[in-house]
Amino acid sequence: MSGVPRFISATPDSRLIPLPWGTPLAEWPVDLLVALPRGLSRHVVRFIKVGDDVYAAKEVIDHLARHEYRLLHDLMRLGTPSVEPIGIITERGDCGGVPLDPILITRHLQFSLPYRALFAPGVRPETVSRLLDAMVVLLARLHLIGFQWGDVSLSNILFRRDADTFAAYLVDAETGGLHPKLSDGQRRQDLEIARTNLFGDFLDLRAGGLLQEDLDPLQLVDLVQSRYHELWQELTGAEEFSGDQMGRIENRVRRLNALGFDVAELDIRTAADASTVRIQPMVVDAGHHSRRLMRLTGLDTEENQARRLLNDLDTYRWRTGQQHVDEAAVAHDWMTHVFQPVMDLVPADLRAKREPAQIFHEVLDYRWYAAERQSRDVPITEAAQGYVQDVLRCLPDEELNTESLLPVESRQLVNPYDPSQGYVEPGQEPPQDPWEDGVDQVAAPSPFLDIDALRARAAATAE
Amino acid sequence: MASVTFKDATRIYPGSDHPAVDGLNLEIGDGEFMVLVGPSGCGKSTSLRMLAGLEEVNSGRVMIGERDVTDLPPKDRDIAMVFQNYALYPHMTVADNMGFALKMQNVPKAERQARVLEAAKLLGLEDFLARKPKALSGGQRQRVAMGRAIVRQPQVFLMDEPLSNLDAKLRVATRTQIAALQKRLGVTTVYVTHDQVEAMTMGHRVAVMKDGLLQQVDSPLALYDKPANLFVAGFIGSPAMNLLPGKVTDGGVQIGDFVVPVERQVLAKAPAEDTLTIGIRPESFELGETGVGVDVSLVEELGSDTYLYGTLSGLSDEERFNAQQIVARISTRHSSTPSGQVRLTANPQSVHVFSNSTHERIACAWRHRPVHFARTRSGAACGGPRPFRIDSFESQRSIASTTTVVAAERHFRRSTRRYERRRRPVGARAEPGTTATVSRPPSAPSRPLAWAGVGE
Repeated sequence: MSGVPRFISATPDSRLIPLPWGTPLAEWPVDLLVALPRGLSRHVVRFIKVGDDVYAAKEVIDHLARHEYRLLHDLMRLGTPSVEPIGIITERGDCGGVPLDPILITRHLQFSLPYRALFAPGVRPETVSRLLDAMVVLLARLHLIGFQWGDVSLSNILFRRDADTFAAYLVDAETGGLHPKLSDGQRRQDLEIARTNLFGDFLDLRAGGLLQEDLDPLQLVDLVQSRYHELWQELTGAEEFSGDQMGRIENRVRRLNALGFDVAELDIRTAADASTVRIQPMVVDAGHHSRRLMRLTGLDTEENQARRLLNDLDTYRWRTGQQHVDEAAVAHDWMTHVFQPVMDLVPADLRAKREPAQIFHEVLDYRWYAAERQSRDVPITEAAQGYVQDVLRCLPDEELNTESLLPVESRQLVNPYDPSQGYVEPGQEPPQDPWEDGVDQVAAPSPFLDIDALRARAAATAE
Repeated sequence: MASVTFKDATRIYPGSDHPAVDGLNLEIGDGEFMVLVGPSGCGKSTSLRMLAGLEEVNSGRVMIGERDVTDLPPKDRDIAMVFQNYALYPHMTVADNMGFALKMQNVPKAERQARVLEAAKLLGLEDFLARKPKALSGGQRQRVAMGRAIVRQPQVFLMDEPLSNLDAKLRVATRTQIAALQKRLGVTTVYVTHDQVEAMTMGHRVAVMKDGLLQQVDSPLALYDKPANLFVAGFIGSPAMNLLPGKVTDGGVQIGDFVVPVERQVLAKAPAEDTLTIGIRPESFELGETGVGVDVSLVEELGSDTYLYGTLSGLSDEERFNAQQIVARISTRHSSTPSGQVRLTANPQSVHVFSNSTHERIACAWRHRPVHFARTRSGAACGGPRPFRIDSFESQRSIASTTTVVAAERHFRRSTRRYERRRRPVGARAEPGTTATVSRPPSAPSRPLAWAGVGE
């Protein structure tokens, strides 16, 4: 049956129900849409505004919609940075009863940054390096939990600020699969795909005048590959040393913590005569710092933001002489006397510019530079006031970032709701294509195997 | 161009106690289109990655042509892997979209252009080369994606579910195009899919895998007509073959209240088995007055065919809830839509018998083809198209198609008489002019055995 849409959702939003599901997504009225930057997509994708929330809607064939919805749920459950699935709308049909593909709804990732603006002319080399690192960390985290992506590309990643670095999020799991454990071959396959796709992505950015000129696409993809191998080796590789260097066990754990990973299981084997020791992390979990901050303060932040906030918390503990007080009690004190007062100083109309944890991180930076300039201790509230006036007020909104939609060199997107179509160019009629003749008349194929046709074909071939 | 050979190729993932691919032996001919098919976890993608050099081979060898590539890195294997992705880059021309991977391999510009032009001619995309891809249709985009693989001019194409994210219409069109292109290029192709319809319509040969083991490799029709085991029988074909387990009785296998006749020599091949599985393709069924009793729960009209869905008759409500669905494809030439309880018969030569202990196919229920065996609608295993009419079967003629069988009837009568003689007490004889009856289990229908025109 088609024409009566069916909603499948774990977190239902009743405001979605009256939307025009009987209309193909590409033809939805623009007053329901928001023009936000996004990557290239094979399918029709639109951002829809429902009250104050923005959702991404993707029209996709049935089994893929269900597969991706479930997979995104699994990824969320496993704490992997990915977009949140809201639901799928199936059994759609237009007013003539023609069935329409289901729509997968995900929540728009607030404060996400469009990759098309991030590699743009003027970008600093260290920013590029941090973006690539964020991508590599995401890929390694996915591989650690047994997720083979199958379509690693810039279009399928969103970036968010994470203190001085970036955090990458998976936005498209269509081709992915979750396994108990990935083989080296499955990881290599993902890397091979990443290499080809990212090379194409960077070439496309260059062709569109959106890539800093001195960035070489081939070098960039080589860098992604080599950094992935380094990180994977650090996360999972075996290390062997002599029995009198036991401190190296702790060093390894610390190095992994510094990378933002907790060691849940470390395999330690010693030789019979205790002359050598071999260690290998068996289970590592990402989010070492963000988990600790969440436990202490309830703040949900990116990993490096958490690291920065925890450093400030530790400094606060030491400065206030509370070294022997329970850590959770100190954290509560810090939230009340440091973090919250800073947030209270941010006017409501500027809160869409940065996430709270990012604002706090930038206030800490601002205070450090102010203290250097003025050669004195600058109180945090004073630094916050200065930051709001001097920095935050001048920044663009990032909660819903429309930066990359501005015309580049006076060019306009063909469709602001679909960047996959590129820019408007002087029009020409498309050439005649005999391969396309009669394509529209082809009837939808039967779901069954047409064995009679197969026999007829085999007989014709035999003749 | 080259052949591909897997010799006892095995892959065991670290930490796993059973191989992902277990001693795979497969020879793929030069220019052949081989499809690896099976459910998730069957080892098909692992096999492809072993061939690509992405997955380590724990034991055995992988050869491309005469070269042992088991230990060669992917870049030295002269293969091109085609994935699901076909993102078209909006700022690049169609030519650049097709040739960018060559740039990554540092192929000189002049050669890149020549190869792109050659591929574009093959794909009817010549006039589009200088254009941006924004206005391309779904089909044209697919052709650009194919062009990306063609320009690499490898010895072997490796395709990993390249069509699984396309809608049904485009998938069917692209299937045809890929198959036609492969034929034209003559490049050995290994194609992985979980979709058996795709496998059957594209491959020269199809390798069916399950749990890391190769189950059968054969032409699509051979897989369909002679599945090696229960798994292949159930996996290949859509709707799937009806697999009905039943108790072995004298002269057949009992399915519900009906004994499906199975030749004595066939039964003799599984002497120790109390039960066997009968396999019947949906299109091998005919409506009849006798046969397997089925309670029809759904009738689906699809073009010139009607699909009946139901369960064995005589089940309790609870049993029916858990019962296996039976599917029959019946020609819509019948004047009325069948409903309620029907009896389904089949040509004994289209009935497969499987062992329940080894799961292997034993044979057709009836191996020897009578001289005038009529054609089933599938055309499988049977002879000429000459329709027969059986005057003695007035009622059956009105329901079943005219493809009923006279010779099979005679054949069966003879075997029935033999069967009767064996059962009859010594000295007993049938009175001249009467019809001998065959004794059946108490629950069997009162009519003598009738099975696709094989009757009294």
